[in-house]
Amino acid sequence: MQIARVIGDVVATRKDENLVGLKLLIVQPLTPDRQPAGRPLVAVDAVGAGVGEHVFFVRGKEASFPFYPAAEPPVDAGIVGIIDHWDLG
Amino acid sequence: MLLAKIVGTVVATRKDPRLVSSKLLVVRPTDPRGKAEGNYLVAVDTVDAGVGETVLVVSGSSARMASGLKDCPVDAAIIGIIDTVDVSD
Repeated sequence: MQIARVIGDVVATRKDENLVGLKLLIVQPLTPDRQPAGRPLVAVDAVGAGVGEHVFFVRGKEASFPFYPAAEPPVDAGIVGIIDHWDLG
Repeated sequence: MLLAKIVGTVVATRKDPRLVSSKLLVVRPTDPRGKAEGNYLVAVDTVDAGVGETVLVVSGSSARMASGLKDCPVDAAIIGIIDTVDVSD
């Protein structure tokens, strides 16, 4: 998983039927010292995250697992946790 | 998932049998503000998208979970047509 900040959202009316009802957010991956790390991407939200929050997200087919067995959405990035805080020792 | 703009089409007569009747498009990834970045991709269209539209592209094994692509040899699929992108950063 990677740490990221939610920086925006995406609206798509015409989409895969298994994406209907899912929230698509733009996340900016971060380094542990909160600097941008690489390009922003679109991730599906599985935990009720919102713009401005720090989250961690999973890449790959695993991003669809939170929605099993009701749906198998075609997603390759998904937010699976909202971070309260993190500390580096 | 990536945001991308459709920049062209691909025609291939000789191809894997599971790709017969698939619509193949050339897309260029963009950042959330619409600026092109990165390498061009060939993606299978599952939502009737067209040249010039901004779309949502899923990559890797998750692309096979898009509608109609079960067991197809693909690693990028267009799964949504983007209406709006909001970035608050």
